[in-house]
Amino acid sequence: MTNPISTPLFDGKLVRLTPLDHEKDPEIVSGWTHNAEYVRMTSLEPVRPLTAAQVKKQFEQIDKEMDEGRRLFHYAIRPKENDRLIGEARIEWIEWSNGTAQLKIGLPDPGDRRKGIGSDVLRMLLRVSFRELNLHHLEVVLPEYNVPALRFFEKHGFKIEVRRRQAVNRGGRRWDLISMAILRPEWEALNEER
Amino acid sequence: MKNDEPGSDLLRGKLVRLSAVSPEDLSKLIVGWIQNSEYWRLIANGPSFPLSQEGLRKFMEKHLEKDDLRSCFFVIRTLDGDRDIGEIELGGISYARGESYVGIGIGEPEYQGRGYGTDAMNIILHFAFTELNLYRVSLTVFEYNPRAVRAYEKCGFKVEGRAREFFQREGRRWDLIHMGILREEWQAQNA
Repeated sequence: MTNPISTPLFDGKLVRLTPLDHEKDPEIVSGWTHNAEYVRMTSLEPVRPLTAAQVKKQFEQIDKEMDEGRRLFHYAIRPKENDRLIGEARIEWIEWSNGTAQLKIGLPDPGDRRKGIGSDVLRMLLRVSFRELNLHHLEVVLPEYNVPALRFFEKHGFKIEVRRRQAVNRGGRRWDLISMAILRPEWEALNEER
Repeated sequence: MKNDEPGSDLLRGKLVRLSAVSPEDLSKLIVGWIQNSEYWRLIANGPSFPLSQEGLRKFMEKHLEKDDLRSCFFVIRTLDGDRDIGEIELGGISYARGESYVGIGIGEPEYQGRGYGTDAMNIILHFAFTELNLYRVSLTVFEYNPRAVRAYEKCGFKVEGRAREFFQREGRRWDLIHMGILREEWQAQNA
């Protein structure tokens, strides 16, 4: 039997969870902030394009938060075979005394979706959260118009817990904001089945 | 509808009014309130801790002096006797989405369960919907605080879901209950 401690946490089947590259990544992330479809699917903040220099400042803020607040882990998603930045993943709003956090996964290029990359990333985030950080309740918050994401998290065992009625105002109408969550025992049970 | 003229006193209710407070005075009040751990455990999910007045004052200086209107903090002051009995705050305000969270605590035990909190909540809903022009107000409340859930329902909030086993206290896990009220619901009940 292999030692469970040897299980790689940040190397998946298709991609790796890596740190940000402050030199090369800002240009790419600046491009993402200009992609309104992506921003509206993944963020509740109004769409706001940023320059590479502004993104670099955000990276510094992220590093500072990870270092001082100890409530955030931010990962850059890259393929196994090269260093191209293809997405971002976060474990954020960690509440250590209660074992709760929120997850976020973003793959801005539609060409990178529906290939199992999201599942690969989520598998790693769940494993880190439950087997390394010892969290109990993991949540994702999604506007009701992000149907692919709702289906994706449901497929991976997340259950709808809260529906904040009409909490999003976009495209000229109001939408609900949905919270889904998975508990550690639920995740352990799914792992045993598979 | 009460208080709906622009010239009327928006921040005054039947029992209390909402007032500004200095970091100095507020930190003194809160140090007294949170010495009672139950007060903290009913309003916050972080670890209960008797914070120092100096530490709180510094925190409140920064917190109260932000004037970006992303949060609006008030002390709850009785009309009778001008006594500061609690705190109420709109926080995490998003004007783009039209949503705010509200948090409330009555720190002086002899004023709990006597309508003072409900009065303060009604004032702040009026403020949120007719002065900040928000569309919905949200709050979260702990499973072990059914008295607060009933009080919020009386103000018009509806339960919108429960985050299961969201926090751990006294050796067991408890749900976090999410509630919300929409502007049209508030208008209908105040018509």
